[in-house]
Amino acid sequence: MDSVKIRKRRKDEPDGFDRFNRVSNTANIILNIIFLLMALLCIIPVLLVVAISFSAEASITEYGYRFIPKIFSFEGYEFLLSQGKMIIRALGVSVFVTIVGTALGVLLTTLMGYVLSRPGYKLNGFLTMVVFIPMVFNGGLVSTYYVVSQLLELKNTVWALILPLSVSSFNVVICRTFFKTTVPESLIESAKMDGASQFTIFSRIVLPISKPVLATIGLFLCFAYWNDWYQSMLYIEDSKLYSLQALLNAILTNIQMLAKNAATVGLGAAEMLANMPQEAARMAIVVIIVAPIACAYPFFQKYFISGLTLGAVKG
Amino acid sequence: MAKKEGKVKAKKRRWNKDDTELTLLALPTTIWYFLFCFLPMFGIIIAFKDFKINGGFLKSFLTSKWVGFNNFKFLFSTRDIWMIVRNTLAYNIVFIILGIVVPVAAAIAIGQLHSKKLAKVYQTAMFMPYFLSWVVVTALVWAFLSYDKGLVNNTLEAMGMERQQWYMKPAMWPPFLVFMNLWKGVGYGMVVYLATITGIDKSYYEAAGIDGATIWQQIRYITLPLMKTVIILMFIMNVGRIFYSDFGLFYQVPRDSNSLYDVVYTLDVYVYKQLMTSTTGMSAAAAFVQSVAGCITILTANAVVRKFDRESAMI
Repeated sequence: MDSVKIRKRRKDEPDGFDRFNRVSNTANIILNIIFLLMALLCIIPVLLVVAISFSAEASITEYGYRFIPKIFSFEGYEFLLSQGKMIIRALGVSVFVTIVGTALGVLLTTLMGYVLSRPGYKLNGFLTMVVFIPMVFNGGLVSTYYVVSQLLELKNTVWALILPLSVSSFNVVICRTFFKTTVPESLIESAKMDGASQFTIFSRIVLPISKPVLATIGLFLCFAYWNDWYQSMLYIEDSKLYSLQALLNAILTNIQMLAKNAATVGLGAAEMLANMPQEAARMAIVVIIVAPIACAYPFFQKYFISGLTLGAVKG
Repeated sequence: MAKKEGKVKAKKRRWNKDDTELTLLALPTTIWYFLFCFLPMFGIIIAFKDFKINGGFLKSFLTSKWVGFNNFKFLFSTRDIWMIVRNTLAYNIVFIILGIVVPVAAAIAIGQLHSKKLAKVYQTAMFMPYFLSWVVVTALVWAFLSYDKGLVNNTLEAMGMERQQWYMKPAMWPPFLVFMNLWKGVGYGMVVYLATITGIDKSYYEAAGIDGATIWQQIRYITLPLMKTVIILMFIMNVGRIFYSDFGLFYQVPRDSNSLYDVVYTLDVYVYKQLMTSTTGMSAAAAFVQSVAGCITILTANAVVRKFDRESAMI
């Protein structure tokens, strides 16, 4: 990020050489057109869904999905509001999982990252293996599924949505690298001299000066939890515990499924499916999911980027 | 090297208060790793059992019969498994190649744009799909491909052509899935590579420019060689995951359509479907093959890279 800033500053100054050592104007225009098209390609599908969510049901049935609604309407959102309980509950689950999951994940990740960054710690070698082996080998879906649902008995609890995602070795390595490179050893040594315990050092000294890495890990986790539907698909059968993503997933896929086997879906889910929102309302759920992300990510982009590049550096 | 020195020091030292405190700090995360990573690793042996749910997990585990390699025999006697392995590998090979070539090219190209502000706007727009979950993407794709209301069919009809059942056309899906994978991943890849490019010392380009090197020559002899390490690192990480696939892309986006079975089934989809239809034996065997093959590929890829370029190796 720093170098970008430096370059920007330099551009404002009359630094003449840059003006010669760059692609020609024609090439610049062609590249701009290509990137403009690619950017539009990425944005347009989302705009289409927003447009559908603001279309009147009747106009969708008649004219299909369109970029500019024939009849503009809030029907979809009104429908969701009238179904209040279902959507508010799902929103609640999503928000709860995201907040608690992120907090827990950041805590567990930074704790491990900090311990691994301590040189000369007796169990360093052992814990490094604990973090490292899962990067290379894992138990696979079947045994993970049985361990989480049968052995730990997390099936149909909100913890099945939170715990399996809270730590990733990638994030631990990012933390370790960050602590190793940016927290001065002398600071920790002097705190130790003053009689501070490792717990105090971690919570009072290391965490407050490590905000960038906390933000990065926090954002990674935040997006991962908000966007997760896979854990719900595996472990959640109770429709009361559906997150927004799971709800959307159920709406998108279960319509056919309900017709096929109403018995296996369960009464609660069947009742919910009977009140299934129509086209516009469905897309309105998509908008509710995407809107916070689309509003937030441009501002948080730089933390993502710093995390991605930190992850590529080995400690 | 630093790690080794640390170990030597640690051996000379006795266990002290510091070690106790650090161990306590690392304990919660270590327990997490034990429960969610290492237990499933041992659980993998259910592939050698005729696993039947019978009370809790431990009881089912102990009462299930050992069947040796029977599950594997069944698995490999089906026609499906070969098709599925073929799909998984073929898609991944294409993804790996395009997943490096396209983002690297895009990153280099976007760095050439005269206006840094526009470049930032394009980059932000192209990064967005990365933040959308596959369930959301499925809804977006549905808005385009749905039979009766989809935008594509509407356009076809408006041009006087017939509506198509896109979700029943196997020929269209392999290129389409490759496109979707790129659509979602290019922004992310571009950001990773762009971070490397902005990290390159500008004076190299100035020196080359003064010596009369063209932009092409600068890319060929400065940018690409300096990106080598990151490219190789991304390459190993992807090759190591060659037996894994993006479950959401292959299961959600085609909406689990039966007519697309031959072209969209990958190992992950197969394991999930078998698990949900409670044919645990086959599913566990397939998951076992995936984990072991995945472990071997990642270690091999790493060993190969290590031979050529120690610095780029992951382990």
